Amino acid sequence: MLQDKDRIFTNLYGLHSPDLDAAKKRGAWHLTREMLEQGPDWICNQIKASGLRGRGGAGFPTGLKWTFMPKEVRDRPHYLVVNADESEPGTCKDREILRHDPHLLIEGCMVASRAMRAHVCYVYIRGEYINERHALEKAVKEAYEAKLIGKDNVNGWDFDLYVHHGAGAYICGEETALLESLEGKKGQPRLKPPFPANAGLYGCPTTVNNVESIAVAPTILRRGAQWFAGFGRPNNAGTKLFCISGHVNKPCNVEEEMSITFRDLIETHCGGIRGGWENLKAVIPGGSSVPMVPAEQIMDAYMDFDTLRDLKSGLGTAAVIVMDKQTDLIRAIARLAYFYKHESCGQCTPCREGTGWMWRVLERMVRGEAEHDEIDTLLDVTKQVEGHTICALGDAAAWPIQGLIRHFRHEIEDRITQYRLPRAMVQGAVVTAAE
Amino acid sequence: MSDTFKLNIDGQEIEVPKHYTLMQACEEAGAEIPRFCYHERLSVAGNCRMCLVEWQGAPKPIASCAQIVGDMRPNQDGSAPIVRTAGPYVEKARNGVMEFLLINHPLDCPICDQGGECDLQDQAVAYGRSSSRFEENKRAVEDKYMGPLVKTIMTRCIQCTRCVRFAAEVAGVEEMGMISRGENAEITTYLEKALTSELSGNVIDLCPVGALTSKPYAFNARPWELRKTSSIDVMDAMGAAIRIDAKGDAVMRILPELNEEVNEEWLSDKSRFVWDGLGRQRLDRPYIRENGKLRAATWGEAFEAVKAALAVNPDKVGVVAGDLIEVEQAKAALDLFRSLGVKNTDCRPAGAGYGTSGVREHYILNPTLMGVEEADALLLIGTNPRVEAAVWNARIRKAWLWGDLKVGVIGEAVDLTYPYEHLGTSAADLDKLASSDFYKILKDAKRPMIVVGERALCREDCLKLSQTVLKLSQDVGAVVDGWAGFGVLHTAAGRVGALDVGFVPAEGGLSTADILGGGLSTVVLLGADEVDLSKLGNAKVIYVGSHGDAGASRADIVLPSAAYTEMTATYVNTEGRVQMTTRATQPKGEAREGWAIFRALSAVCGKPLPYDTADQLRALLRGQEGEHTVFSGRGYAPGARGVSALSQPVPDVSGAFSSAPLATPVVDFYLTNPIARASKTMAECSALASRLDTPVAAE
Repeated sequence: MLQDKDRIFTNLYGLHSPDLDAAKKRGAWHLTREMLEQGPDWICNQIKASGLRGRGGAGFPTGLKWTFMPKEVRDRPHYLVVNADESEPGTCKDREILRHDPHLLIEGCMVASRAMRAHVCYVYIRGEYINERHALEKAVKEAYEAKLIGKDNVNGWDFDLYVHHGAGAYICGEETALLESLEGKKGQPRLKPPFPANAGLYGCPTTVNNVESIAVAPTILRRGAQWFAGFGRPNNAGTKLFCISGHVNKPCNVEEEMSITFRDLIETHCGGIRGGWENLKAVIPGGSSVPMVPAEQIMDAYMDFDTLRDLKSGLGTAAVIVMDKQTDLIRAIARLAYFYKHESCGQCTPCREGTGWMWRVLERMVRGEAEHDEIDTLLDVTKQVEGHTICALGDAAAWPIQGLIRHFRHEIEDRITQYRLPRAMVQGAVVTAAE
Repeated sequence: MSDTFKLNIDGQEIEVPKHYTLMQACEEAGAEIPRFCYHERLSVAGNCRMCLVEWQGAPKPIASCAQIVGDMRPNQDGSAPIVRTAGPYVEKARNGVMEFLLINHPLDCPICDQGGECDLQDQAVAYGRSSSRFEENKRAVEDKYMGPLVKTIMTRCIQCTRCVRFAAEVAGVEEMGMISRGENAEITTYLEKALTSELSGNVIDLCPVGALTSKPYAFNARPWELRKTSSIDVMDAMGAAIRIDAKGDAVMRILPELNEEVNEEWLSDKSRFVWDGLGRQRLDRPYIRENGKLRAATWGEAFEAVKAALAVNPDKVGVVAGDLIEVEQAKAALDLFRSLGVKNTDCRPAGAGYGTSGVREHYILNPTLMGVEEADALLLIGTNPRVEAAVWNARIRKAWLWGDLKVGVIGEAVDLTYPYEHLGTSAADLDKLASSDFYKILKDAKRPMIVVGERALCREDCLKLSQTVLKLSQDVGAVVDGWAGFGVLHTAAGRVGALDVGFVPAEGGLSTADILGGGLSTVVLLGADEVDLSKLGNAKVIYVGSHGDAGASRADIVLPSAAYTEMTATYVNTEGRVQMTTRATQPKGEAREGWAIFRALSAVCGKPLPYDTADQLRALLRGQEGEHTVFSGRGYAPGARGVSALSQPVPDVSGAFSSAPLATPVVDFYLTNPIARASKTMAECSALASRLDTPVAAE
């Protein structure tokens, strides 16, 4: 269990003031100038050594990503873009950082910009995050006024930070769609390659990072890569914000070390599963777009990238959605399918057409109004969407359904059988099912 | 580092340039790649996902249209990456995409105009399932209004965005787009208006399904019952390659054909939709005016009447050729009238001051239409290519968009769909050019291009203007070895050809303005409808043409001739490129080809012409074996061969420029000739365009 002294986000719950003075007391903006003076290579190496993997879902090593930027600024400026379009259902970690620890983020932006030789950073905030935007804008203003950032600032690296407010589209959290949206265009993912590190925002070298990845960077540099790497199992280092929601007694956001077991996480911070561990049915461990894991597999699993990948799921954003035995899993996944159908940008065929198809079939399956062989058809359709699209939204729409069919196929079959039984024989059962 | 990259495609080692897309590489290897959104003249969208191929080792199938070969990596052992364009993996991916495209596509092929030439239909045969697994209701999309040319059935749309990209990139009007998202995504024009582009019809060809179809052609024919004839368009002086689709005796539609050097694969709306004008207002038999009214006559009667009208002092006879005249008719008419001693012949607009020097390079577009893509600076003088040569304007835009062409304009400040430096509106601004920044751009340019509108050479100061511009061309280095950068942009398809056969006043003869200025006893109009006929007085007027327009209504004798779709005839485009039309349908009624009329008339007049067939006439034009005439080569633009003629010293011309502003002759793009004026579709377009010019109150 993570000790209080090792927490990076010491104001996660907003118990203290988010203002600059208070943030400084908690350690923000301490030795920033000295860190910047170490230069880009040192920063990148430190982040690499810390084992930090991207906190936005894909888990790509952050330090490595930073080194993809050109080593010299030539005719085009470099940009850092921070992805604060936190829209993954179940995820609410960046929200707390923006609200209560914005200075860690701003400092992180500066450090990361130094590492990538960027002088300008954009923070793209989700459209629905009105208060979070206000909080961040206030903090940015404070930082400018204190000359911590801006031209000729005390930290010795010219740096401007702009807060951009999105219009509320899930797809704008995809890095290239985010860049399109930032440029004032319709938020639709771009074809890759070229990757943003070559041609990103306005065609310039750009790195897009998650809020949490950026916000942890200054503390890692202050306390040392080895300190951060000391948490978690190999290749899954560090501390991580978990967002636990669903059927636990006390849903919460909490910073924990990586590779904590699911059981520890729930017992320590969430007051256990609603109705006891016997009542646990399945868990979506990393936000809506990763497949669910059934209770018996997840209970004692390590909550980290590699373990969950081996369970054919993923850590994603570490948004843990707990579902107990009262949950209608088919309905839950149908709701997620509706979400993806609603948020598909419509650009490429498999996702545009497939998400609507999958959702409609699932809606019928919720009622049992389907044929048994449609389960295989549905699975086949998810496979036709997965991997065939421009961005990962197609995969994200397909995986939850694949998870459902993989582990709870029998429930769908039962539902269909139930629906197809002669009505007269099961009058009582029909009433029960309808309830 | 080498510029090529080795690939192993379907077991075949192939080396291709690094800038190739994987799709191009696969095609080079002989594999066929299905596609919907990809189009070689548009930017890559990569959204239909039909072109997926397998790259061994890649986690996912690759969209081959978007994968640049140079971005690929060799295998770990250094061998060429292995790509498969067939096999179960690829089949599965493509079948999946095809299934997705079809689930919401209506099953209305039997009533769809795209049927028989539909990419989706064709590819569904190869990649579709035999039955549908989709049990839900199909999506329906509301149709959009897109003007009188493009019919929309948006339920059929597969959101490939070719039309959107065409409008934004080629036509240069950002008036199409995709609204909403996900399965609610719809293609529409801005506020559901017609595109304000002269090229809007091309979206019909681009649409791979039946979402955008031709409105005038709707439900008229099926592609397999049409007789297809390759020909040349005459609506402007570009001579775009077209295909005339006819059924029975009627032209059902006109489509562009590929000619990289002229029209690429685009066609202007006028050229594409003018065909209904070929069936209206036609002159299908000779007429003679009696008691102020035209009455139908036989050819014999008409010829006798013409013979009588010509039996006057040849100096009292004038002949004016119109915009659409074909070379054969011009040659036959010229030969006949010269043999009758007539000197007053002209094919140019009133006031023209070019074409008599005998130097062909002074009246053709020497740098060629395609040359604008090589040019790095372009000066347009007194021309609006957007309406005078709409397809070429798109090429200028292309050169600006994908290259770094800089454009300057002296003339009307209109929206050309690309930015330009406006250097003045009148010819006098040429004097100020030397001190402008744009002069420096021209001077520094490797291949400067200077284009004068033909109409700028039909003014009182035209001699001064042409000499000034020629001199300017020489001064800025537009006429150097291998690059003839001076050119004239014509608007009339027949002009260059008529000039090439010498259809200008003979020594001491009158030119158009004087022929039409009154005082002659007999005036012959060869399809000349765009000239001022109000001052003819009581001259006897003989009109030879295909359509009842201004000329025919003034005429005393009307001789019906074939329209451009009804004859095999020679036209020379503005570049000096000799091309031939092909007969697609028979001439209407008793109408005859122009040259044949004059051959027959020559016999009646007792001066028979020395050729009995069109081939004999053309052989005469081509000249003897080994002799070089402009007609001996076909299909080629002389281009840089004009350098020596253009680099001759230019004599100084005194006098001042007229203060009259330079203007384009094309006042209404849709109504520039008798065929277009007979077309209902063109009338609708013209009315719509004039309405669009008036801003709506809400805007």
